[in-house]
Amino acid sequence: MPNKISRRSFIKGGLAAVGALGVSSLPLPSTAKGADQKELATLIDIRKCIGCEACVEACGEVNESKFPKPQKPFPKMYPKRVKVSDWSDKRYVTDRLTPYNWVFIQEATVTLDGKEETFSFPRRCMHCQNPPCADLCPWGAARKLKNGITRIDSDICLGGSKCKKVCPWHIPQRQTGVGLYRDILPSFAGNGVMFKCDRCYDKIDQGELPACIEICPEKVQKIGPRDAIVKEAHAIAKKINGYIYGEKENGGTNTIYVSPVPFEKLNTAMEKGRGRPHLRPVQDSMAHADNLAKAMVIAPLAGIAAAVGKAYKFTKNDKNSEEERE
Amino acid sequence: MKQTDGYEFSGGQKVLRWGYVLTMIVLGFTGFGQMPIFKRYYISDIPGMAWSADFYVTHTIHYLLAMILLGLLAYFISDYFLSGRKKFHLTSSAYLKISLLTGIVITGIFRVLKNLPDVSFSPGFTLFIDISHLGLVMVYVFAAIFFLITGVKWISINPSRAV
Ligand code: SF4
Ligand code: SF4
Ligand code: SF4
Repeated sequence: MPNKISRRSFIKGGLAAVGALGVSSLPLPSTAKGADQKELATLIDIRKCIGCEACVEACGEVNESKFPKPQKPFPKMYPKRVKVSDWSDKRYVTDRLTPYNWVFIQEATVTLDGKEETFSFPRRCMHCQNPPCADLCPWGAARKLKNGITRIDSDICLGGSKCKKVCPWHIPQRQTGVGLYRDILPSFAGNGVMFKCDRCYDKIDQGELPACIEICPEKVQKIGPRDAIVKEAHAIAKKINGYIYGEKENGGTNTIYVSPVPFEKLNTAMEKGRGRPHLRPVQDSMAHADNLAKAMVIAPLAGIAAAVGKAYKFTKNDKNSEEERE
Repeated sequence: MKQTDGYEFSGGQKVLRWGYVLTMIVLGFTGFGQMPIFKRYYISDIPGMAWSADFYVTHTIHYLLAMILLGLLAYFISDYFLSGRKKFHLTSSAYLKISLLTGIVITGIFRVLKNLPDVSFSPGFTLFIDISHLGLVMVYVFAAIFFLITGVKWISINPSRAV
Protein backbone atom coordinates (compact mmCIF):
# COMPACT_ATOMS: atom_id res chain seq x y z
CA MET A 1 0.00 0.00 0.00
CA PRO A 2 2.21 2.82 -1.21
CA ASN A 3 -0.21 5.45 0.04
CA LYS A 4 0.07 4.29 3.62
CA ILE A 5 3.81 4.26 3.41
CA SER A 6 3.77 7.74 1.97
CA ARG A 7 1.62 9.10 4.71
CA ARG A 8 3.53 7.39 7.45
CA SER A 9 6.93 8.44 6.25
CA PHE A 10 5.67 11.96 5.69
CA ILE A 11 4.52 12.21 9.30
CA LYS A 12 7.70 10.54 10.47
CA GLY A 13 9.69 13.04 8.41
CA GLY A 14 7.75 15.93 9.93
CA LEU A 15 8.26 14.67 13.47
CA ALA A 16 11.89 13.94 12.87
CA ALA A 17 12.16 17.43 11.51
CA VAL A 18 11.20 18.95 14.85
CA GLY A 19 14.37 17.68 16.38
CA ALA A 20 16.23 17.74 13.15
CA LEU A 21 18.93 20.24 13.97
CA GLY A 22 21.08 17.34 15.01
CA VAL A 23 20.37 15.11 12.03
CA SER A 24 23.70 14.31 10.52
CA SER A 25 24.58 14.56 6.89
CA LEU A 26 24.79 11.55 4.66
CA PRO A 27 27.98 9.60 4.82
CA LEU A 28 30.23 9.65 1.81
CA PRO A 29 31.36 6.47 0.13
CA SER A 30 34.68 5.30 1.44
CA THR A 31 35.93 4.91 -2.12
CA ALA A 32 35.28 8.54 -2.90
CA LYS A 33 35.62 10.17 0.49
CA GLY A 34 37.78 13.26 0.57
CA ALA A 35 39.65 14.51 3.62
CA ASP A 36 36.50 16.27 4.81
CA GLN A 37 32.87 16.02 3.76
CA LYS A 38 33.12 17.47 0.33
CA GLU A 39 30.81 17.45 -2.62
CA LEU A 40 31.27 14.66 -5.08
CA ALA A 41 31.19 15.37 -8.77
CA THR A 42 31.21 13.20 -11.86
CA LEU A 43 33.43 13.63 -14.88
CA ILE A 44 32.03 12.64 -18.28
CA ASP A 45 34.63 12.37 -21.01
CA ILE A 46 32.46 12.35 -24.13
CA ARG A 47 35.31 11.14 -26.38
CA LYS A 48 35.07 7.72 -24.78
CA CYS A 49 31.33 7.06 -25.03
CA ILE A 50 30.29 4.54 -27.71
CA GLY A 51 26.55 5.02 -27.15
CA CYS A 52 25.94 1.40 -26.11
CA GLU A 53 23.24 2.42 -23.59
CA ALA A 54 24.57 -0.02 -20.98
CA CYS A 55 24.33 2.85 -18.47
CA VAL A 56 20.71 3.51 -19.41
CA GLU A 57 19.84 -0.13 -18.88
CA ALA A 58 21.77 -0.39 -15.60
CA CYS A 59 20.05 2.70 -14.23
CA GLY A 60 16.65 1.19 -14.99
CA GLU A 61 17.53 -2.11 -13.35
CA VAL A 62 19.14 -0.75 -10.22
CA ASN A 63 16.50 1.91 -9.61
CA GLU A 64 13.48 -0.15 -10.62
CA SER A 65 12.16 -0.23 -7.03
CA LYS A 66 12.12 3.58 -6.94
CA PHE A 67 10.07 3.90 -10.12
CA PRO A 68 6.43 5.02 -9.85
CA LYS A 69 3.68 2.46 -9.46
CA PRO A 70 0.65 4.60 -10.27
CA GLN A 71 -2.87 3.61 -9.26
CA LYS A 72 -5.46 3.82 -11.98
CA PRO A 73 -7.87 5.33 -12.68
CA PHE A 74 -6.21 8.63 -11.83
CA PRO A 75 -8.14 11.03 -9.62
CA LYS A 76 -10.17 13.45 -11.73
CA MET A 77 -8.39 16.78 -11.75
CA TYR A 78 -9.72 20.32 -11.67
CA PRO A 79 -9.67 22.60 -13.46
CA LYS A 80 -9.75 20.65 -16.71
CA ARG A 81 -6.60 22.31 -18.04
CA VAL A 82 -4.52 20.19 -15.63
CA LYS A 83 -3.01 17.47 -17.75
CA VAL A 84 -2.14 13.94 -16.73
CA SER A 85 1.47 12.83 -17.26
CA ASP A 86 1.37 9.09 -17.64
CA TRP A 87 4.51 7.20 -18.56
CA SER A 88 3.49 3.90 -17.02
CA ASP A 89 2.68 2.36 -20.42
CA LYS A 90 5.78 3.89 -22.01
CA ARG A 91 8.25 2.87 -19.38
CA TYR A 92 10.67 1.41 -21.92
CA VAL A 93 11.18 4.68 -23.76
CA THR A 94 14.94 5.31 -23.56
CA ASP A 95 15.54 8.15 -26.01
CA ARG A 96 14.61 10.88 -23.54
CA LEU A 97 14.18 11.49 -19.82
CA THR A 98 10.97 10.08 -18.32
CA PRO A 99 9.90 9.12 -14.78
CA TYR A 100 11.15 5.62 -15.71
CA ASN A 101 14.27 6.66 -17.58
CA TRP A 102 16.61 8.89 -15.60
CA VAL A 103 19.49 8.91 -18.08
CA PHE A 104 19.54 8.77 -21.87
CA ILE A 105 22.16 8.99 -24.60
CA GLN A 106 22.25 12.16 -26.63
CA GLU A 107 23.99 12.23 -30.02
CA ALA A 108 25.55 14.97 -32.08
CA THR A 109 27.25 14.70 -35.45
CA VAL A 110 29.73 17.52 -35.96
CA THR A 111 32.83 18.23 -38.04
CA LEU A 112 36.08 18.01 -36.16
CA ASP A 113 39.36 18.74 -37.97
CA GLY A 114 37.51 18.59 -41.30
CA LYS A 115 36.09 15.13 -40.53
CA GLU A 116 32.51 14.34 -39.70
CA GLU A 117 32.25 12.69 -36.31
CA THR A 118 29.38 11.52 -34.13
CA PHE A 119 29.59 11.98 -30.39
CA SER A 120 27.33 10.34 -27.86
CA PHE A 121 27.08 11.15 -24.18
CA PRO A 122 24.85 10.33 -21.22
CA ARG A 123 22.47 13.07 -20.08
CA ARG A 124 20.74 13.24 -16.72
CA CYS A 125 20.39 15.64 -13.78
CA MET A 126 23.48 17.83 -13.43
CA HIS A 127 23.29 17.86 -9.60
CA CYS A 128 23.80 21.61 -9.37
CA GLN A 129 25.80 23.05 -6.50
CA ASN A 130 23.00 25.49 -5.68
CA PRO A 131 20.04 23.73 -7.28
CA PRO A 132 17.00 25.93 -7.97
CA CYS A 133 14.83 22.80 -8.02
CA ALA A 134 15.63 22.17 -4.35
CA ASP A 135 15.94 25.80 -3.25
CA LEU A 136 12.56 26.72 -4.64
CA CYS A 137 10.64 23.54 -3.81
CA PRO A 138 7.83 24.80 -1.57
CA TRP A 139 7.52 21.52 0.36
CA GLY A 140 11.10 20.62 1.06
CA ALA A 141 10.59 17.52 -1.09
CA ALA A 142 13.61 18.32 -3.28
CA ARG A 143 16.81 18.73 -1.31
CA LYS A 144 20.48 19.03 -1.86
CA LEU A 145 22.55 16.62 0.17
CA LYS A 146 25.93 17.51 1.59
CA ASN A 147 27.65 15.08 -0.75
CA GLY A 148 26.47 17.06 -3.75
CA ILE A 149 23.42 14.99 -4.69
CA THR A 150 20.12 16.71 -5.39
CA ARG A 151 17.29 14.35 -4.59
CA ILE A 152 13.52 14.54 -4.82
CA ASP A 153 11.82 12.60 -2.02
CA SER A 154 9.02 10.70 -3.74
CA ASP A 155 7.14 10.31 -0.43
CA ILE A 156 6.76 14.08 -0.07
CA CYS A 157 6.69 15.46 -3.63
CA LEU A 158 3.24 16.57 -4.78
CA GLY A 159 4.14 16.68 -8.45
CA GLY A 160 3.45 20.38 -9.04
CA SER A 161 6.37 20.38 -11.50
CA LYS A 162 7.83 23.62 -10.20
CA CYS A 163 11.26 22.00 -10.00
CA LYS A 164 11.08 21.19 -13.70
CA LYS A 165 10.04 24.72 -14.54
CA VAL A 166 12.85 26.38 -12.59
CA CYS A 167 15.52 23.84 -13.64
CA PRO A 168 17.56 25.37 -16.47
CA TRP A 169 17.53 21.95 -18.19
CA HIS A 170 13.96 20.98 -17.22
CA ILE A 171 15.20 17.63 -15.93
CA PRO A 172 12.57 16.29 -13.45
CA GLN A 173 9.75 14.31 -15.07
CA ARG A 174 6.25 13.85 -13.72
CA GLN A 175 4.19 10.72 -13.24
CA THR A 176 0.55 11.24 -12.29
CA GLY A 177 -1.31 8.90 -9.95
CA VAL A 178 1.38 8.33 -7.33
CA GLY A 179 2.41 9.97 -4.10
CA LEU A 180 1.18 12.08 -1.26
CA TYR A 181 -1.19 14.26 -3.30
CA ARG A 182 -3.58 11.31 -3.48
CA ASP A 183 -3.99 11.57 0.31
CA ILE A 184 -4.60 15.33 0.43
CA LEU A 185 -6.74 16.99 -2.22
CA PRO A 186 -6.12 14.80 -5.28
CA SER A 187 -8.50 16.72 -7.52
CA PHE A 188 -7.36 20.20 -6.57
CA ALA A 189 -3.69 20.21 -5.63
CA GLY A 190 -0.69 18.30 -6.90
CA ASN A 191 -0.47 15.92 -9.79
CA GLY A 192 1.84 13.02 -8.91
CA VAL A 193 5.54 12.88 -8.23
CA MET A 194 8.61 14.23 -10.04
CA PHE A 195 11.37 11.77 -10.87
CA LYS A 196 14.99 12.19 -11.90
CA CYS A 197 18.47 10.78 -11.37
CA ASP A 198 19.27 10.62 -7.65
CA ARG A 199 22.89 9.71 -8.45
CA CYS A 200 22.20 6.35 -6.83
CA TYR A 201 22.34 7.95 -3.37
CA ASP A 202 21.66 4.60 -1.71
CA LYS A 203 24.55 2.91 -3.51
CA ILE A 204 26.79 5.86 -2.65
CA ASP A 205 25.73 5.47 1.00
CA GLN A 206 26.95 1.89 0.85
CA GLY A 207 30.28 3.02 -0.54
CA GLU A 208 29.38 1.73 -4.00
CA LEU A 209 29.53 3.45 -7.37
CA PRO A 210 26.41 4.71 -9.16
CA ALA A 211 25.13 2.01 -11.52
CA CYS A 212 25.76 3.94 -14.73
CA ILE A 213 29.38 4.57 -13.78
CA GLU A 214 30.02 1.02 -12.64
CA ILE A 215 28.63 -0.68 -15.76
CA CYS A 216 30.18 1.50 -18.46
CA PRO A 217 32.56 -0.62 -20.56
CA GLU A 218 34.45 2.47 -21.72
CA LYS A 219 34.87 4.11 -18.31
CA VAL A 220 33.27 7.28 -19.63
CA GLN A 221 32.31 8.53 -16.17
CA LYS A 222 34.25 8.99 -13.00
CA ILE A 223 33.15 10.16 -9.55
CA GLY A 224 35.24 11.86 -6.89
CA PRO A 225 35.65 14.99 -4.76
CA ARG A 226 34.67 17.98 -6.89
CA ASP A 227 38.05 19.73 -6.68
CA ALA A 228 39.85 16.69 -8.02
CA ILE A 229 37.25 16.12 -10.76
CA VAL A 230 37.43 19.75 -11.92
CA LYS A 231 41.21 19.56 -11.93
CA GLU A 232 41.18 16.41 -13.99
CA ALA A 233 38.64 17.89 -16.41
CA HIS A 234 40.91 20.88 -16.94
CA ALA A 235 43.92 18.66 -17.45
CA ILE A 236 42.10 16.65 -20.14
CA ALA A 237 40.73 19.81 -21.78
CA LYS A 238 44.22 21.26 -21.88
CA LYS A 239 45.68 18.12 -23.38
CA ILE A 240 43.07 17.79 -26.13
CA ASN A 241 42.53 21.51 -26.57
CA GLY A 242 38.95 20.83 -25.54
CA TYR A 243 36.00 22.33 -23.71
CA ILE A 244 34.25 21.97 -20.37
CA TYR A 245 30.54 22.09 -19.53
CA GLY A 246 29.00 22.03 -16.06
CA GLU A 247 31.78 23.62 -14.04
CA LYS A 248 30.35 27.14 -14.18
CA GLU A 249 26.87 26.49 -15.62
CA ASN A 250 24.04 27.51 -13.32
CA GLY A 251 26.62 28.73 -10.82
CA GLY A 252 28.41 25.36 -10.85
CA THR A 253 27.22 21.75 -11.08
CA ASN A 254 28.52 18.40 -9.96
CA THR A 255 28.52 16.98 -13.47
CA ILE A 256 31.49 18.04 -15.56
CA TYR A 257 31.53 17.17 -19.27
CA VAL A 258 34.74 17.34 -21.31
CA SER A 259 34.58 17.52 -25.10
CA PRO A 260 37.00 18.08 -27.96
CA VAL A 261 34.35 20.23 -29.73
CA PRO A 262 32.69 23.37 -28.36
CA PHE A 263 29.44 22.60 -26.54
CA GLU A 264 27.56 25.18 -28.61
CA LYS A 265 28.42 23.08 -31.64
CA LEU A 266 27.15 19.91 -29.98
CA ASN A 267 24.07 21.78 -28.80
CA THR A 268 23.22 22.90 -32.34
CA ALA A 269 23.73 19.43 -33.78
CA MET A 270 21.72 17.39 -31.26
CA GLU A 271 18.03 16.77 -30.81
CA LYS A 272 16.56 18.88 -28.04
CA GLY A 273 13.11 19.41 -26.62
CA ARG A 274 10.89 17.76 -24.04
CA GLY A 275 12.95 15.40 -21.91
CA ARG A 276 16.02 16.18 -24.05
CA PRO A 277 18.05 18.90 -22.32
CA HIS A 278 20.19 21.46 -24.17
CA LEU A 279 23.89 22.21 -23.74
CA ARG A 280 23.66 26.00 -23.82
CA PRO A 281 25.53 28.29 -21.45
CA VAL A 282 23.46 28.78 -18.29
CA GLN A 283 23.56 31.77 -15.93
CA ASP A 284 23.35 31.16 -12.18
CA SER A 285 19.61 30.83 -11.54
CA MET A 286 19.95 31.65 -7.84
CA ALA A 287 22.19 34.72 -8.26
CA HIS A 288 19.23 37.06 -7.59
CA ALA A 289 18.59 35.33 -4.27
CA ASP A 290 22.25 35.40 -3.26
CA ASN A 291 22.57 39.13 -3.93
CA LEU A 292 19.32 40.04 -2.20
CA ALA A 293 20.18 37.84 0.78
CA LYS A 294 23.34 39.86 1.31
CA ALA A 295 21.41 43.12 1.06
CA MET A 296 18.84 41.79 3.55
CA VAL A 297 21.26 42.22 6.44
CA ILE A 298 21.06 46.00 6.03
CA ALA A 299 17.25 46.21 6.37
CA PRO A 300 16.92 45.67 10.15
CA LEU A 301 19.86 47.99 10.80
CA ALA A 302 18.11 50.72 8.81
CA GLY A 303 14.93 50.12 10.83
CA ILE A 304 16.77 50.43 14.14
CA ALA A 305 18.59 53.55 12.96
CA ALA A 306 15.29 55.19 11.98
CA ALA A 307 13.74 54.45 15.38
CA VAL A 308 16.78 55.75 17.23
CA GLY A 309 16.75 58.88 15.07
CA LYS A 310 13.08 59.44 15.89
CA ALA A 311 13.60 58.94 19.64
CA TYR A 312 16.54 61.35 19.58
CA LYS A 313 14.50 63.98 17.76
CA PHE A 314 11.69 63.63 20.30
CA THR A 315 13.93 63.97 23.34
CA LYS A 316 15.53 67.01 21.76
CA ASN A 317 12.11 68.54 21.04
CA ASP A 318 10.98 67.71 24.58
CA LYS A 319 14.04 69.40 26.01
CA ASN A 320 13.60 72.45 23.81
CA SER A 321 9.99 72.88 24.83
CA GLU A 322 10.92 72.44 28.49
CA GLU A 323 13.62 75.10 28.07
CA GLU A 324 11.14 77.41 26.41
CA ARG A 325 8.74 76.99 29.31
CA GLU A 326 11.40 77.88 31.84
CA MET B 1 -8.12 56.49 10.50
CA LYS B 2 -10.09 55.47 13.56
CA GLN B 3 -8.69 55.95 16.98
CA THR B 4 -7.34 52.87 18.64
CA ASP B 5 -8.67 52.69 22.14
CA GLY B 6 -7.98 56.34 22.59
CA TYR B 7 -4.59 56.30 20.92
CA GLU B 8 -4.41 58.43 17.84
CA PHE B 9 -1.94 57.55 15.13
CA SER B 10 0.24 60.32 13.76
CA GLY B 11 0.49 60.79 10.00
CA GLY B 12 3.86 59.02 9.87
CA GLN B 13 2.55 56.11 11.91
CA LYS B 14 -0.42 55.75 9.58
CA VAL B 15 1.90 55.51 6.60
CA LEU B 16 4.00 52.89 8.37
CA ARG B 17 0.92 50.94 9.39
CA TRP B 18 -0.38 50.81 5.84
CA GLY B 19 3.11 50.05 4.63
CA TYR B 20 3.11 47.07 6.95
CA VAL B 21 -0.33 45.85 5.83
CA LEU B 22 0.56 46.20 2.16
CA THR B 23 3.94 44.50 2.64
CA MET B 24 2.24 41.58 4.39
CA ILE B 25 -0.40 41.25 1.67
CA VAL B 26 2.12 41.20 -1.18
CA LEU B 27 4.43 38.90 0.81
CA GLY B 28 1.49 36.56 1.32
CA PHE B 29 0.56 36.66 -2.36
CA THR B 30 4.09 36.08 -3.67
CA GLY B 31 4.62 33.48 -0.95
CA PHE B 32 1.57 31.49 -2.00
CA GLY B 33 2.81 32.01 -5.54
CA GLN B 34 5.78 29.82 -4.64
CA MET B 35 3.34 26.95 -4.88
CA PRO B 36 2.44 26.00 -8.43
CA ILE B 37 -1.18 27.13 -8.14
CA PHE B 38 -1.44 30.52 -9.86
CA LYS B 39 -1.29 29.03 -13.32
CA ARG B 40 -3.54 26.12 -12.49
CA TYR B 41 -6.18 28.42 -11.03
CA TYR B 42 -6.11 31.05 -13.79
CA ILE B 43 -4.61 33.82 -11.64
CA SER B 44 -1.80 34.36 -14.13
CA ASP B 45 -4.42 34.53 -16.90
CA ILE B 46 -5.88 37.73 -15.44
CA PRO B 47 -4.63 40.56 -17.67
CA GLY B 48 -1.50 42.08 -16.16
CA MET B 49 -0.93 39.11 -13.85
CA ALA B 50 1.14 36.89 -16.15
CA TRP B 51 4.20 37.60 -13.97
CA SER B 52 2.58 35.77 -11.06
CA ALA B 53 3.28 32.40 -12.72
CA ASP B 54 7.00 33.16 -13.08
CA PHE B 55 8.58 31.66 -9.98
CA TYR B 56 11.76 33.70 -10.33
CA VAL B 57 9.78 36.97 -10.49
CA THR B 58 7.59 36.18 -7.46
CA HIS B 59 10.66 34.93 -5.61
CA THR B 60 12.52 38.20 -6.21
CA ILE B 61 9.51 40.27 -5.11
CA HIS B 62 9.14 38.08 -2.02
CA TYR B 63 12.79 38.71 -1.11
CA LEU B 64 12.51 42.47 -1.68
CA LEU B 65 9.42 42.71 0.49
CA ALA B 66 10.98 40.47 3.13
CA MET B 67 13.70 43.11 3.28
CA ILE B 68 11.12 45.86 3.80
CA LEU B 69 9.36 43.76 6.44
CA LEU B 70 12.61 43.21 8.33
CA GLY B 71 13.24 46.95 8.26
CA LEU B 72 9.71 47.77 9.45
CA LEU B 73 9.78 45.17 12.22
CA ALA B 74 13.18 46.37 13.42
CA TYR B 75 11.78 49.91 13.46
CA PHE B 76 8.60 48.96 15.34
CA ILE B 77 10.50 46.94 17.95
CA SER B 78 13.14 49.60 18.56
CA ASP B 79 10.54 52.36 18.59
CA TYR B 80 8.42 50.42 21.08
CA PHE B 81 11.31 50.06 23.51
CA LEU B 82 12.64 53.57 22.97
CA SER B 83 9.41 55.51 23.28
CA GLY B 84 6.15 53.68 22.55
CA ARG B 85 6.19 51.52 25.67
CA LYS B 86 5.49 54.57 27.82
CA LYS B 87 2.48 55.67 25.78
CA PHE B 88 0.65 52.41 25.12
CA HIS B 89 0.87 48.73 25.77
CA LEU B 90 0.43 45.70 23.58
CA THR B 91 -2.80 43.73 23.64
CA SER B 92 -2.83 39.95 23.96
CA SER B 93 -3.76 39.64 20.28
CA ALA B 94 -0.59 41.61 19.55
CA TYR B 95 1.45 39.08 21.54
CA LEU B 96 -0.08 36.25 19.52
CA LYS B 97 0.67 38.02 16.24
CA ILE B 98 4.19 38.84 17.41
CA SER B 99 4.85 35.18 18.26
CA LEU B 100 3.58 34.09 14.86
CA LEU B 101 5.60 36.80 13.11
CA THR B 102 8.71 35.73 15.01
CA GLY B 103 8.20 32.17 13.78
CA ILE B 104 7.56 33.35 10.21
CA VAL B 105 10.64 35.56 10.21
CA ILE B 106 12.91 32.88 11.71
CA THR B 107 11.77 30.15 9.31
CA GLY B 108 12.00 32.71 6.50
CA ILE B 109 15.60 33.48 7.44
CA PHE B 110 16.39 29.77 7.31
CA ARG B 111 14.71 29.57 3.89
CA VAL B 112 16.97 32.39 2.71
CA LEU B 113 20.02 30.67 4.18
CA LYS B 114 19.05 27.41 2.48
CA ASN B 115 19.07 29.16 -0.88
CA LEU B 116 22.64 30.35 -0.47
CA PRO B 117 25.33 28.36 -2.21
CA ASP B 118 27.38 26.18 0.15
CA VAL B 119 24.50 25.91 2.61
CA SER B 120 22.64 22.63 2.80
CA PHE B 121 20.51 21.52 5.72
CA SER B 122 19.57 17.96 6.53
CA PRO B 123 16.50 16.65 4.66
CA GLY B 124 14.42 16.63 7.87
CA PHE B 125 15.28 20.21 8.74
CA THR B 126 14.63 21.37 5.17
CA LEU B 127 11.18 19.79 5.31
CA PHE B 128 10.54 21.33 8.73
CA ILE B 129 11.40 24.92 7.77
CA ASP B 130 9.55 24.75 4.46
CA ILE B 131 6.34 23.37 5.94
CA SER B 132 6.43 25.48 9.12
CA HIS B 133 6.99 28.74 7.18
CA LEU B 134 3.83 28.04 5.20
CA GLY B 135 1.91 26.72 8.24
CA LEU B 136 2.72 29.77 10.39
CA VAL B 137 1.66 32.12 7.61
CA MET B 138 -1.67 30.32 7.29
CA VAL B 139 -2.27 30.63 11.05
CA TYR B 140 -1.27 34.32 10.87
CA VAL B 141 -3.74 34.95 8.04
CA PHE B 142 -6.57 33.34 10.01
CA ALA B 143 -5.62 35.24 13.16
CA ALA B 144 -5.38 38.56 11.28
CA ILE B 145 -8.80 38.03 9.69
CA PHE B 146 -10.29 37.04 13.05
CA PHE B 147 -8.91 40.13 14.81
CA LEU B 148 -10.02 42.34 11.93
CA ILE B 149 -13.59 41.06 12.23
CA THR B 150 -13.66 41.24 16.02
CA GLY B 151 -12.00 44.66 15.96
CA VAL B 152 -9.23 43.69 18.37
CA LYS B 153 -6.26 46.04 17.97
CA TRP B 154 -2.51 45.66 18.43
CA ILE B 155 -2.17 48.32 21.07
CA SER B 156 -4.14 50.00 23.82
CA ILE B 157 -3.24 53.24 25.45
CA ASN B 158 -1.28 53.18 28.66
CA PRO B 159 -3.81 54.40 31.31
CA SER B 160 -1.20 56.37 33.27
CA ARG B 161 -0.49 58.39 30.12
CA ALA B 162 -4.07 58.83 28.97
CA VAL B 163 -5.10 62.43 28.71
S1 SF4 C 1 27.63 2.77 -20.84
FE1 SF4 C 1 29.32 4.16 -21.17
S2 SF4 C 1 29.82 3.93 -23.33
FE2 SF4 C 1 27.83 3.02 -23.04
S3 SF4 C 1 26.39 4.68 -23.50
FE3 SF4 C 1 26.73 4.75 -21.31
S4 SF4 C 1 28.39 6.19 -21.03
FE4 SF4 C 1 28.38 5.64 -23.19
S1 SF4 D 1 19.95 19.97 -13.19
FE1 SF4 D 1 17.90 20.67 -12.71
S2 SF4 D 1 17.00 18.99 -11.56
FE2 SF4 D 1 19.20 18.66 -11.55
S3 SF4 D 1 19.94 19.67 -9.67
FE3 SF4 D 1 20.11 21.18 -11.31
S4 SF4 D 1 18.19 22.29 -11.19
FE4 SF4 D 1 17.88 20.39 -10.08
S1 SF4 E 1 23.68 8.01 -11.13
FE1 SF4 E 1 22.25 6.33 -10.72
S2 SF4 E 1 20.25 7.28 -10.89
FE2 SF4 E 1 21.66 8.67 -11.89
S3 SF4 E 1 21.65 8.10 -14.04
FE3 SF4 E 1 23.32 6.98 -13.07
S4 SF4 E 1 22.42 5.03 -12.50
FE4 SF4 E 1 20.72 6.41 -12.90
